Amino acid sequence: MRFALPLAIFLALAVMLGLGLQRDPRALQTALLNQPAPAIARPLLEDPRQQFDQASLRGQVWLLNVWASWCAPCRQELPLLVEFSRRDQVPVYGLNYKDQPDKARALLRVAGNPYVASAVDADGRTGMDFGIQGVPETFVIDGQGRVRYRHLGPVTAEVWQQKLLPVVKAVQ
Amino acid sequence: MMLMAWAALALPARADAGLEQREAELAAKLRCVVCQNQTVAESQAPIAKDMRQEIRAQLAQGRSDADVVAFFEQRYGSFVRYTPPWRPTTWLLWCGPFVAVFAGLALLRRTLKQRQTGAAPLTTAERERADDWLRQPDEESRP
Repeated sequence: MRFALPLAIFLALAVMLGLGLQRDPRALQTALLNQPAPAIARPLLEDPRQQFDQASLRGQVWLLNVWASWCAPCRQELPLLVEFSRRDQVPVYGLNYKDQPDKARALLRVAGNPYVASAVDADGRTGMDFGIQGVPETFVIDGQGRVRYRHLGPVTAEVWQQKLLPVVKAVQ
Repeated sequence: MMLMAWAALALPARADAGLEQREAELAAKLRCVVCQNQTVAESQAPIAKDMRQEIRAQLAQGRSDADVVAFFEQRYGSFVRYTPPWRPTTWLLWCGPFVAVFAGLALLRRTLKQRQTGAAPLTTAERERADDWLRQPDEESRP
């Protein structure tokens, strides 16, 4: 009986710390959740004379994938994005983050191009508006132009099936 | 003439120094979102460099310190503030250690007090048994 209270405190602490260990301190939910997506007023990678036309995306659910040719996980992610977006009919747009357009275009030719279009964010200012912490990151944006989900790190088959696709289906 | 030229040169430099100090202070208050245990001022990460540049640009535009913090908070969440703000959701965070210390002190005081007053006084029956044992110390060791 004497040890009941310390034991209870110990167990409570152990459970709390144990749960804390399960959480990924890097996986912060985006501050933009359910907020309007920031404006992407950037030229297109495919044609620098054209601007990324965000307004025309209203009414459809789309993914914004932040990528760069210097980012190794992005190289692995590109072919998967090609496959999944085609299979599940989810349009993917790119934000080419702090990259050189020639290298970016070269990578898309080699690894595959999943993007309907890519906006060039040469100085990373648009990325900052999205609060990105690293590359790659993927945002789900709904028909009203609001951010509904953010995934940190590369998209794998698992991430697509269990995280991105359910959100896309739910907001469609 | 030379003095005037010198003054003209010195003035913007001084204004810059003020901005620079504010920039440094703000950078020390914001968290680098990549290397999370470092402030923007300490971090060498490219994103921290971008953040310092953004702080400087906004200060140069005449924005207040609070505006700059709000700018980053809107993008990265309140996590970006190296010192957590005082809000209902952070009350436990701020008060928890003090609550724990005071609870510990209260417990310590209670325990010490109990120890000082000692056990309850013996009843007459108990006293007689004790006296019995004391009179026959050799029998005590028997089972």
